[in-house]
Amino acid sequence: MSHTDGSPGMSLDVVAQPAKDPQPKPVDPPDPASGTGWTEVCPLDRLQPERGVCALVDGEPVAVFRTHDDRLFALHNVDPFSNASVLSRGIVGDLGGTPVVASPLYKQHFSLESGTALEDSDVVVATYPVRVVNGTVEVGRG
Amino acid sequence: MKTVVVVGHGMVGHRFVEGLRRRDTGDAWRVVVLAQENRPAYDRVALSSYVGDASAEDLTLDGHDPLVELHLDEPVVGIDLAGRTVRTGKGRDVAYDELVLATGSVPFVPPVPGRDQDGVFVYRTLDDLDGLRAAAEEATAHAGAGRRAGVVVGGGLLGLEAANALRQLGLSPHVVEMAPRLMPVQVDEGGGALLARLVSELGLRVHTGVSTSSIARDHRGGLTVTLSDGTELDASVVVFSAGIRPADALAREVGLEVGERGGVLVDERCRTYAEHVWAIGEVAAVKGRTYGLVAPGYAMAEVVAERLTGGEGRFTEADLSTKLKLLGVDVASFGDAHATTPGALEVTLNDPVAGTYSKLVVSDDAQTLLGGVLVGDASDYETLRGFLGATLPGDPMSLIAPSSGEAVGFEALPDGAQICSCNAVTKGALVEAISSGEATTVPQLKACTRAGTTCGSCVPTLAKVLTSCGVEVSKALCEHFVQSRAELYEIVMVTGLTTFSAIVEQYGTGRGCDVCKPAVASMLATLAGGHVLDGESAALQDTNDHFLANLQRNGTYSVVPRLPGGEVTGEGLIAIGSVAKDFGLYTKITGGQRIDMFGARVEQLPAIWKRLVDAGFESGHAYGKSLRTVKSCVGTDWCRYGVQDSVGLAVALELRYRGLRSPHKLKSGVSGCARECAEARSKDFGIIATETGWNLYLGGNGGFTPRHAELIASDLDTTTLVRTIDRFLMFYVRTADRLQRTAPWIESLEGGIDHLRDVIMSDSLGICASLDEQMARHVAGYADEWAAVLDDPDKLERFTSFVNAPGVPDPTIEFVDHLGRRVPAGMKDGQPTDLAALGLGGVPITDGARIPMGAPA
Ligand SMILES: Cc1cc2nc3c(=O)[nH]c(=O)nc-3n(C[C@H](O)[C@H](O)[C@H](O)COP(=O)(O)OP(=O)(O)OC[C@H]3O[C@@H](n4cnc5c(N)ncnc54)[C@H](O)[C@@H]3O)c2cc1C
Ligand code: SF4
Ligand code: FES
Repeated sequence: MSHTDGSPGMSLDVVAQPAKDPQPKPVDPPDPASGTGWTEVCPLDRLQPERGVCALVDGEPVAVFRTHDDRLFALHNVDPFSNASVLSRGIVGDLGGTPVVASPLYKQHFSLESGTALEDSDVVVATYPVRVVNGTVEVGRG
Repeated sequence: MKTVVVVGHGMVGHRFVEGLRRRDTGDAWRVVVLAQENRPAYDRVALSSYVGDASAEDLTLDGHDPLVELHLDEPVVGIDLAGRTVRTGKGRDVAYDELVLATGSVPFVPPVPGRDQDGVFVYRTLDDLDGLRAAAEEATAHAGAGRRAGVVVGGGLLGLEAANALRQLGLSPHVVEMAPRLMPVQVDEGGGALLARLVSELGLRVHTGVSTSSIARDHRGGLTVTLSDGTELDASVVVFSAGIRPADALAREVGLEVGERGGVLVDERCRTYAEHVWAIGEVAAVKGRTYGLVAPGYAMAEVVAERLTGGEGRFTEADLSTKLKLLGVDVASFGDAHATTPGALEVTLNDPVAGTYSKLVVSDDAQTLLGGVLVGDASDYETLRGFLGATLPGDPMSLIAPSSGEAVGFEALPDGAQICSCNAVTKGALVEAISSGEATTVPQLKACTRAGTTCGSCVPTLAKVLTSCGVEVSKALCEHFVQSRAELYEIVMVTGLTTFSAIVEQYGTGRGCDVCKPAVASMLATLAGGHVLDGESAALQDTNDHFLANLQRNGTYSVVPRLPGGEVTGEGLIAIGSVAKDFGLYTKITGGQRIDMFGARVEQLPAIWKRLVDAGFESGHAYGKSLRTVKSCVGTDWCRYGVQDSVGLAVALELRYRGLRSPHKLKSGVSGCARECAEARSKDFGIIATETGWNLYLGGNGGFTPRHAELIASDLDTTTLVRTIDRFLMFYVRTADRLQRTAPWIESLEGGIDHLRDVIMSDSLGICASLDEQMARHVAGYADEWAAVLDDPDKLERFTSFVNAPGVPDPTIEFVDHLGRRVPAGMKDGQPTDLAALGLGGVPITDGARIPMGAPA
């Protein structure tokens, strides 16, 4: 399943990013020298804006989201408040300008950028790098 | 089952029945109420509003319960203590295991010559007020010259209320009080003087320090009232309000001990001197003392209800604070208003120009508040009363000095301060309800704490508590929309916008959240139709609507096929059973007469539904904020009491409203006769068959704060019934707040159920045509959501464990066998339920093999 292509010269089919967005894009590929592998998730078309999917990345469930402005994010899928693997099924939106997903179980909100729970900053879920290669979404090791 | 007989269905008798039924969860008691009045209990405290715009129905206290038999117009005329029966006015003997006397009081009418004439009234019951109203109407109709007068004998709290009622009925009231001031019990001399001035300004004529010598009929048919100082008053009516006497005649007859000043003597458990006989309310003299207010009566009712259900209640002390509800003049007294505590100090502020008088009674060190009197401006009453017995936050004078402004800080009140004395609700309890999120509005606070539901005087304080807790009473849906749900609904309806993106761009900010997105999705489902997973809508749905199943705590789902009206065939049961078996689902019967299957993984849902749809089932919408079920009894089909086809109607209604998205879930029930086996009155819309049609009840809810539905119309034919429900549902969908169930919604409508009746039955807002049209579109547009998913590969694609490994089941989902039930691994903490293991006997339930379960597919 794992698609590992460290070649920096490959053609990146990076999604167009609206100029209005000042935030750094979390889709930067990691330093290939670190040897981080990438896992194919699905074709970009399969990702509906503001809805998540769940992928299996090295045996871990990872939620992958696409926001309305076509930025991609990945968080560990397990909601730490309920210990259920459900974050990919939450509603995506923003709170105070931060893109968030709401846990479908008890509705805590997690920042898509940092994985931090807005309700309790001590609770953080792991985030993963995401990129698009030839129209395919890939998640890197966190 | 044992029988408790309640004598009297007044406010306290009613509260007792309610309190007993609430505690008697095992249905150990059958309740028989024998009532002298010809109508069920009503809010006597609010009696005077009957002269205004309240109807008898408005004042009626709710309650309808199959285990309570209420016999109206059937007073008890005798008690047989040895035989444990009572004899009623209809000559029946009714046996009791326990007897509760709640006969209240009778007005005291002093032996004034001429008191038995027509035109002389007391002021206690709705019948009294009907008579008074008729007499006043006659008098004003025949009024030759000028306004006719009415005389109230008695200048206490009730006398002033009666005088105000006379004024509202078009008469000029005189008030005759024997004491040197009005409201002598509550108010001191200084307060009384100001009170007399203020009520005179309202048009009342006050005669203090005099008594009534005689009442005589004059030659024109009116009455002449002669006072002890020789004054003669011409009047059309006379109202006696000279105090009350406990209605203890029944008890006296059988030799029960009574108090020195009347009232059946009881101990602090409210037991009389006879075994199995209790007394509560105004008829009871607790350790010799009677109470003429409703709050102590309620407390006694709860004590006996608790005792009969094995509890240990005791009647201790009573709050005798009063606040006059006379429009225009504030009067309040609380605690030791007359400074009878040894060493008590009085701090008085008399401002004749502003028309206010305040007095605080404090302990000898001026630290503790003991009582007080407020006349002219009682806005600090609730707060001050809250400080009773507590240390004052400052110099007592500063609390009542007008310049002090906010000196009486609400925040400074101790948690134990009683805000609602009628229902003994403390500040702490209110704050708790607010901070737990249970209540964010005054109606919610009322519903979950009962504060403010009796005399209503504390309602303004409830709003203060909310503000002091930082609850802004904002209607905004969330940070993305400043509009309320109803406003947004209007916008969507008028603009015809069909996507969330367009709506949030034009009328909101940001990208939405888990509050506004499902709310808008629900509106679009009603207004634009289409499948909930079509296009952009899919991204708006809560996980339940997104996977058309109910998310459970371990990330699996439960599945509920629709069984309209609760009907299911043998084949249907077998199909459901085989699905449960093959997929290893835990199966349970729901309260809404359906079958719920638990533990389905997301990727199993399509296969499960394929089998169910093939067997003829469709989505039950158990996952949606939408119509759930229409529960029914078997009605005329089978039941020997049935008077209408309750199953047929339930099935038809469930099919009509299935799939209707709404602000919160909707439940319904249909009973085939008044025995109400379908519990229709606990539903959002409940229907009970009558000989000639259907009674429709609206706004019943279970859940956190259960409420019985209220009758909106009786004996409807089926067409009118369905049309009325159509409009009720659409009006609710249009105007309710997000997650507001129908009971609080109706409560939030100005005018409540009467307003609702006007809107949907008399079209007072002119919107019925549009409500009807919307419902017609809903009914025509219905399609089974699950069948549509199975037919659409794009939609089916969502139902997968991992997009990049669809064949791998979610490894985090595990089940264990818990006492023979298949449950998610990692039990939540709970009480042990194996009674055998607890040494309580019975069958041990640890044998997991006893309940066979299919292997997970
Ligand atoms: C106009 C008015 C305003 C009031 N305002 C306030 C207020 O602001 N605050 C406050 O705390 N209190 C107020 N009260 C007092 C309050 O209404 C009473 O304290 C309360 O109603 C007492 O309840 P109860 O059930 O003991 O008696 P009731 O409500 O009088 O009920 C007794 C019932 O028993 C029935 N009964 C009597 N004998 C028999 C029999 N032999 N068999 C069967 N039935 C019988 C009677 O017909 C009656 O229906 C007010 C009262 C009135 C009249
Ligand atoms: S409500 Fe009436 S008709 Fe229905 S089952 Fe009960 S007794 Fe029979
Ligand atoms: S004080 Fe009477 S209802 Fe609260």
